[in-house]
Amino acid sequence: MKKIKGNEVSYAKYGYLFIAPFFIAFLIFQFIPLIQTIYYSFFEYYRSGLKIIGPNPVGFDNYAALFEADFGKYAGNTIIMWILGFIPQILISLLLAAWFTDIRLKIKGKQFFKVVIYMPNLIMASAFAMLFFALFSDNGPVNSTLISMGLISKPFRFLSSVWGTRGLVGLMNFLMWFGNTTILLMAAVMGINPSLFEAAELDGCSPRQTFFRVTLPMIRPILIYVLITSMIGGLQMFDVPQILTNGKGTPDRTSMTLIMYLNNHLFSKNYGMAGAVSVILFIIAAILCLVVYFTLNADDDSKRIRKRDRLKPRKEAVNG
Amino acid sequence: MDKKPSHARTVIAYIVLILLTFLCLFFFYILIVNATRSHPQIQKGFSFIPGHSLMKNLRSVLNDANIPVMSGIKNSLIVSSLSAILATYFSALTAYGLYAYDFKLKKPAFVFIMLILVMPTQVSAMGFINLITKMGMLNTLYPLFLPSIAAPAVFYFMYSYMQSSLPLELVEAARIDGSSEFHTFNRVVIPIMKPALAVQAIFAFVTSWNNYFIPALVISDNSKKTLPILIAALRSADFLKFDMGKVYMLITIAIVPIIIVYIALSKYIVAGVALGGVKE
Amino acid sequence: MKKGFKAVLSIALAAAMMFGMTACGGGNSGGGEEAAAEAGKVLNIWCWNDEFQSRFNDYYPGVAEVAEDKSTTTLEDGTVVKWTINPNEGMNYQDKLDAALLAQESAADDEKIDIFLVEADYALKYVDSDYTVDVKELGLTDEDMAEQYQYTKDIVTDSNGAQKGTTWQATPGLFAYRRSIAKDVLGTDDPDEVQAALADWDKFNAVAEQAAAKGYKMLSGYDDSYRTFSNNVSAPWVDGTAVNVDANIMKWVDQTKEFTDKGYNNKTSLWAPEWAADQGPEGKVFGFFYSTWGINFTLLGNSLADPDGAQEVGNGIFGDYAVCYGPEPYYWGGTWICAAAGTDNTELVADVMKQLTCNGEIMKKITLDTQDYTNNQAAMQEIADDPDFGSAFLGGQNHIALFVEAAKNIDMSNAGPYDQGCNEGIQGAFKDYFDGNVDMDGAKANFEKTIKEKFPEIESVNWPE
Repeated sequence: MKKIKGNEVSYAKYGYLFIAPFFIAFLIFQFIPLIQTIYYSFFEYYRSGLKIIGPNPVGFDNYAALFEADFGKYAGNTIIMWILGFIPQILISLLLAAWFTDIRLKIKGKQFFKVVIYMPNLIMASAFAMLFFALFSDNGPVNSTLISMGLISKPFRFLSSVWGTRGLVGLMNFLMWFGNTTILLMAAVMGINPSLFEAAELDGCSPRQTFFRVTLPMIRPILIYVLITSMIGGLQMFDVPQILTNGKGTPDRTSMTLIMYLNNHLFSKNYGMAGAVSVILFIIAAILCLVVYFTLNADDDSKRIRKRDRLKPRKEAVNG
Repeated sequence: MDKKPSHARTVIAYIVLILLTFLCLFFFYILIVNATRSHPQIQKGFSFIPGHSLMKNLRSVLNDANIPVMSGIKNSLIVSSLSAILATYFSALTAYGLYAYDFKLKKPAFVFIMLILVMPTQVSAMGFINLITKMGMLNTLYPLFLPSIAAPAVFYFMYSYMQSSLPLELVEAARIDGSSEFHTFNRVVIPIMKPALAVQAIFAFVTSWNNYFIPALVISDNSKKTLPILIAALRSADFLKFDMGKVYMLITIAIVPIIIVYIALSKYIVAGVALGGVKE
Repeated sequence: MKKGFKAVLSIALAAAMMFGMTACGGGNSGGGEEAAAEAGKVLNIWCWNDEFQSRFNDYYPGVAEVAEDKSTTTLEDGTVVKWTINPNEGMNYQDKLDAALLAQESAADDEKIDIFLVEADYALKYVDSDYTVDVKELGLTDEDMAEQYQYTKDIVTDSNGAQKGTTWQATPGLFAYRRSIAKDVLGTDDPDEVQAALADWDKFNAVAEQAAAKGYKMLSGYDDSYRTFSNNVSAPWVDGTAVNVDANIMKWVDQTKEFTDKGYNNKTSLWAPEWAADQGPEGKVFGFFYSTWGINFTLLGNSLADPDGAQEVGNGIFGDYAVCYGPEPYYWGGTWICAAAGTDNTELVADVMKQLTCNGEIMKKITLDTQDYTNNQAAMQEIADDPDFGSAFLGGQNHIALFVEAAKNIDMSNAGPYDQGCNEGIQGAFKDYFDGNVDMDGAKANFEKTIKEKFPEIESVNWPE
């Protein structure tokens, strides 16, 4: 027993060694700028033309100004547009991941489909938005198709309507990211021990049962990963609505996301306000993520311990 | 009895897949169509039928001395490849460090990385540029890939993947065989992680390839510009030279290398299935 | 005489500089490398596209050689012009320019910016600062700039009355109308008679009603007429820490709302595909406000049925457009050259400005070669007076003659550093009002929010009664 304990102590230095490069790079390239951001959130600090105003300490004034502005409205917009994209994204991705990894489901050209679904993500968001713009313009092909099908009598002005714009943002996000999610989930399913599937098949599980009883529980860490990163991506939603609405979040600021609001302050070089927006955003995101992570991973630690318990006898057997 | 539902499932699967494939490829089609049309044609509105300005657009992109396409592709390849390699390797290393070892700062380190994961990148951009300027790295390619060493999202994926697919027994077994820790990571862990590495390498590569904001602030020299900066340069051309046909052509050119890299890496994801057999 | 004198002067200048440099070079014991670091050897020019670069390479008299990758231009006296071109997208050009200007003092001589270019929209941000040099200080005289249009000087004049930039381009705007539609609505397509019918906004609105009765739209979108209103305001946007919305801006709001509700416009936006389509053969729009560059490039291109076909009558509605002054004078576009404070090449910078913005010969040549309308009244008058000069696209009309007159009437003395932000803000906020997504108060509130985000120093927004 003593020997094992000794081993673990000597291994600890490898833990530090292996995580060192990450932390060094982080400290240099992100931490210093980050501290600056937080620091300036307590100052009046902006540029008027080329003149620099400040930094003058103002305490929590920037934060107060933030909540007088429509911060809540932009948070709402962000969440709505994220959900509009995320729900179809996770459903389709789960479905595709299940199909692609199901040995019993014979689909010809599986390889082709797998490759194709991620491809919209290869197009630059700005180019993608340009194409969307042309497709959904007032007399663009989508409108003329809908009219010729008799579904509408006059062009629907997508980008002048609240739900038209939000819907398009959701659709673009879905198209850009469902392939990404599918690949992640597929990679996770492939990591599952095939013998589990074989056992399930022998036990007479239907594909549906296999999916819900074997696949889903096994890929839970990756599912949590997808949920959290997508949530963070959603909170940080920027380029798609920014380009689609030309940075204005039209109509009536209903497609203005939190980062677009942040960007407005960065654009006018208002480092004080931008810092305050960042800090609040950071706090919201951190709370959300930690809550999600720890509720979903609550029993994770106990599992790890069980695993290690299983390890011990074998180790002792070898040592002995 | 058993065959019938499976058959229906196959049909549904085909319908959904063909629909999605259409949606995905459709954008490439109209992108290429636009690259074959002249500026006034594009300005006039949308078309599904290719124009006949393909060669004209291609020539005008390649002959513009202010738009060095070839060096743009080269710079983008350097930056994106290094970003992908650094991000995946060091994130896997970090994830392994936290997954396989027990040490005092393990929990705080993990929570810390999770916290920085949620920080929007736009936030620290200006501070980043100030820092780069002071370090004398402005107008060099280094600041475009070195920060990839610390990629919290990639780390988190690697960590999650290890949780579901890397049994510590394998590590133990390697130790018993006398393998050094670093050797174990490179020879035992990395091969098991291949699908995860390939997946994240693709994502990191694509993100870096299409990144405009930070590279545009860092790079001023024409010979060091990456493709998105060159595309933006075409878009801010003056009225005499503004040519959407040329813009779409350069976007199309910029997509070709990334498709090649993507298809090459996607093979590794599939190959990863074969490695599944090493479990327990 | 004058031109001869200028030529002599520039040769003398060049000679003086050559002498100065050889003299300095001689004083240095250190040979080639140190000599290269001497002041004046490198001229740094910053811009966001290659427009000025090609003007410079094609028309500046001192050009000896252009590098293959165009990154440098070598002058006859050995000076190397170094081009730094950063695209505009996402404010990138201004961000980098600002950083470089703020570091100008500590920069090495050969790294210092000598010349940078600005657009009208944000010119005053730089002009109204210590980072630009008074052109008079550089050596440009009123006489040199006598032929330039006053409005091009107003836009780059700071709050103390010093002119801090100069341009080779003038961009007066006109109203381009469809001859066939004018005939149908007004019974005539003669530019003078159409102008008489559109001479002020009341008449313009009356014609809009007549056109609507015949099934036409007067304008295509919401922002088509915006510049004609915003260029004729009674005071600058900002006074102290208050934004004052001008009555003329609200006139635009009222007119556009009326046009939208009564169906006199097509609800489009500038540069949108349907806006461009309205200018083509299928369009039913009476006319478009366009300035110099827009007519012979954008409008012409949009008017063709086969964009790749010959540019001649029979292809789409080529030949069906004509131009008149419209209700109010305005301008649209333009690029200005500024000298950066701290430049170590003042003589050369002054000469570049003189040659490329004051030299009538060069100005005329640029216009004849490129159709770019240049900032020289005498030279443009010559083209306007040429009876053989006419635009086939405009049915043979000599549009230069109209530009000459229009440009004289533009008054930009109310230009200010807040123009771009306020103009974009108000158009964006009221688009929702025209679309019916918000009421008047909602649009005003959104404008105020936008302004406070853009300009933290602004404390209040005042609306006209």
